[in-house]
Amino acid sequence: MAHPTVSRRDFLKVSSTAGAGLMIGVFLPAKKRLVEAGLVSGQPFEPNAFLAINPDNTVTVTVMKSEMGQQVRTSLPMIIADELDADWSQVKIAQADAHPDKYGSQGTGGSGSIRRSFQKLRKAGAAAREMLIEAGANEWNVDKSDCTVSNGKVVHSSTGRQFTFGELTKKAANLPVPEDPPLKNPKDFKFIGKSMPGLDTPSRVDGSAQFGMDVQLPDMLYATVIRCPTFGGRVKSFDAHEAKKINDVTDIFAIEGGIAVVGTNTWAVVKGQRTADIKWDHGKFAKWDSSRIRNMMQKKGLGNAVVAREEGNVAKAQKDADNVLEAVYEVPFTSHATMEPMNCVAHVNNGKCEIWVPTQAPQRVQTTAAEALGIPEEKVTVHVTMLGGGFGRRLFADYVIDAVEISKKTGKPVLMLWTREEDMAHDFYRPTSIHKLSSAMTKKNRATSWSHRIIAPSISAQRSPETFSKGELDRSAVNGASNVPYEIPNIHVDYVMTNTQVPVGWWRSVYNSQNAFANEGFIDEMAHAAGTDPYKFRLKLLKNSPRYLGVLKLAAEKAGWGKKLEKGRGRGIAVHKAFGSWAAQVAEVTVNRDGNFSVDRIVSAIDCGLAVHPDGVRMQMESAIVFGLTSTLKGEITIKDGAVVQSNFHEFELLRIDEMPKVETYIVESNEAPGGAGEPGVPPVAPAMTNAIFDATGIRIRKLPIRPEDLRV
Amino acid sequence: MATYTLTVNGNKHRVNVEDDMPLLWVLRDEIGLTGTKFGCGRGLCGTCTIHLDGEPTRSCMTPVEYADGSEITTIEGLSNDVSHPLQQAWIDEEVPQCGYCQSGQIMTAAALLKRIPDPSDDDIDVAMKMNLCRCGTYQRIRKAIHKAAKGI
Repeated sequence: MAHPTVSRRDFLKVSSTAGAGLMIGVFLPAKKRLVEAGLVSGQPFEPNAFLAINPDNTVTVTVMKSEMGQQVRTSLPMIIADELDADWSQVKIAQADAHPDKYGSQGTGGSGSIRRSFQKLRKAGAAAREMLIEAGANEWNVDKSDCTVSNGKVVHSSTGRQFTFGELTKKAANLPVPEDPPLKNPKDFKFIGKSMPGLDTPSRVDGSAQFGMDVQLPDMLYATVIRCPTFGGRVKSFDAHEAKKINDVTDIFAIEGGIAVVGTNTWAVVKGQRTADIKWDHGKFAKWDSSRIRNMMQKKGLGNAVVAREEGNVAKAQKDADNVLEAVYEVPFTSHATMEPMNCVAHVNNGKCEIWVPTQAPQRVQTTAAEALGIPEEKVTVHVTMLGGGFGRRLFADYVIDAVEISKKTGKPVLMLWTREEDMAHDFYRPTSIHKLSSAMTKKNRATSWSHRIIAPSISAQRSPETFSKGELDRSAVNGASNVPYEIPNIHVDYVMTNTQVPVGWWRSVYNSQNAFANEGFIDEMAHAAGTDPYKFRLKLLKNSPRYLGVLKLAAEKAGWGKKLEKGRGRGIAVHKAFGSWAAQVAEVTVNRDGNFSVDRIVSAIDCGLAVHPDGVRMQMESAIVFGLTSTLKGEITIKDGAVVQSNFHEFELLRIDEMPKVETYIVESNEAPGGAGEPGVPPVAPAMTNAIFDATGIRIRKLPIRPEDLRV
Repeated sequence: MATYTLTVNGNKHRVNVEDDMPLLWVLRDEIGLTGTKFGCGRGLCGTCTIHLDGEPTRSCMTPVEYADGSEITTIEGLSNDVSHPLQQAWIDEEVPQCGYCQSGQIMTAAALLKRIPDPSDDDIDVAMKMNLCRCGTYQRIRKAIHKAAKGI
């Protein structure tokens, strides 16, 4: 999405409230004025930040992004504290409530928390630093050029006199805010580029971190919801009689999403859920299952497609070719399966609503609740708790509607919790997809064409069908495919939309996970068809793409690419760029004759520009690899009778510690602008794995998840 | 419905609840100790692990009637000041990401170290493989357990 250029219009705003000292934020111009000026459409802005320097010498950084394990509550404060020259021990964090425009977009996704706020947070810190220097200079009646800041103190260089930030904050608050404060030379960074200890880590090892379902309010009721298992189905009738007999169940009633069971503890409502006698109108989708969906996709895939990229003439290249290589890749639906199931605490009272929720989209929660209740947005307060995993699932606010409806009906604060079974049956799944690829090759083993057809449901079209009513291209669905980086003269990439009733959503790395599997599996096939080492084959086709080359070479070198492996073992490589970062991985596997195999090691290289919090980047690479491996080896969601088959972790398995390969992460040294870290590590995992299996066995896997029976020799 | 007596982290609690209420919900909804988490409700993920008379136990599957008179330790009772060697090792190695499963991971690991003070990688696999982590912190969990073992 293009953002308006507003850098010259950015301004810093300062306010002084009694006793609070200096509070400073980087504000973009008020949304309304920009909209009136025709500069923006009213879409959310880039993020910005807010910081307060308190008279007790603490610095409060308000984090506007949601913490779901990616360490934003450490890395965002690091950026501000660095430019401010604060002492790390001064830094306190506060979590921002939802606000329509105070912080810009609070949506936490697209691996964007750092890369979309880096400069603005630096500016916020730098402006406060300049004001503190000026306040100190004024107090001493000296020139501010003779004053410096370090470790939370303003120092008069010639005399060594000093003030703490806390001592200066009230004075500084009355000064004009510098419009364009000087930023540090990156070589002077003190926190940026260092791995600071996680500010939240202690609270995550003693049970004190507060997740959504840990919120407890006086007089609070507990609730759970039963939805129609079939997508598109509805409640026909229900008999609450038996469920109401359960002790501590106080009510059971229909809501928009299904049936709500309410009680005075969680166990009562879980029992009520199991007892409730509900008749469903399953609707038309009840006739669908996974194979019917696949047949429909294959059939539609033969028809019309929308072009996403066209260069040269693929048809001619294929006609002139000595050999045309073709392959079909397939990826199933899969679930987010956050460890903390969907939940939300809501208190609807007197025309107002207060919400506590683990969400990646606080502002969407606010507007969704306001709409569901028919009250103005400003009457809805949204507190963001810690998130027990997000991965894209918590960008949706469907479960919030359940909570506010139940609270409205009961008039009490309510903790609405989905059971694991509801969570798994009512996710927004990573879209299933089919990929048809072909490449024209010459006798000299040169690739002269590349074509890729993506056949998949569209997340965007499911959310806003009117935008795609004329078959417009869903750009997101071809992300990672239309921008295939290989230098091949004739390229054709197109897309066929195949929507069903199965809800689809943003799943860590979105369509990049499917598209990279297809791209990087197929380029490997091309290399082998050409009789060339797949690593060297890539290097040749990427010779003008230095950042791709950088990660490929780093991963290959650290993995010992080219060194011989014993029989039964194999090595595979893959590279992909997404969310502003380049990632390459080398997987090493051992395959037994019975088809069972182990993943021995994954060597991972990432170029995310300047790594603000290097250990945070390593954590995200380790996490992305486990996430990617889970969906490569297990984690398939299938459909039967219009509903999800898998109900809990015995059917939807996650990778376990005894299956964990050794993961090594190497970060490319860089001073380029920061890129994303949360998602870029996911896409290369699946193709690196299937390429390694090919290396070990000669068996080419084109369909996920990999099954041992596919590998039996 | 009956009254049960439980000693949780050294404190005696009397709760009047349904006989089949799992300890997880007794701890969370009745006693207000929310450090023990709900993940699956079927003993499949390990997120709700506590110690029941010293044994690592899935609290989501353990009805309160089986625990009457028992001693229970939850994550809140592992130490008063984050000083348990596992908690320290978890901090040093920056193990937690979202942190949601970590109470269960640490309680399972604490039971392991009581049994096997210096576990091998295989010992760790056997003890920990029923504890799921969607953030994928396994490599650091392994390292932190080894580190804590050296400190005990």
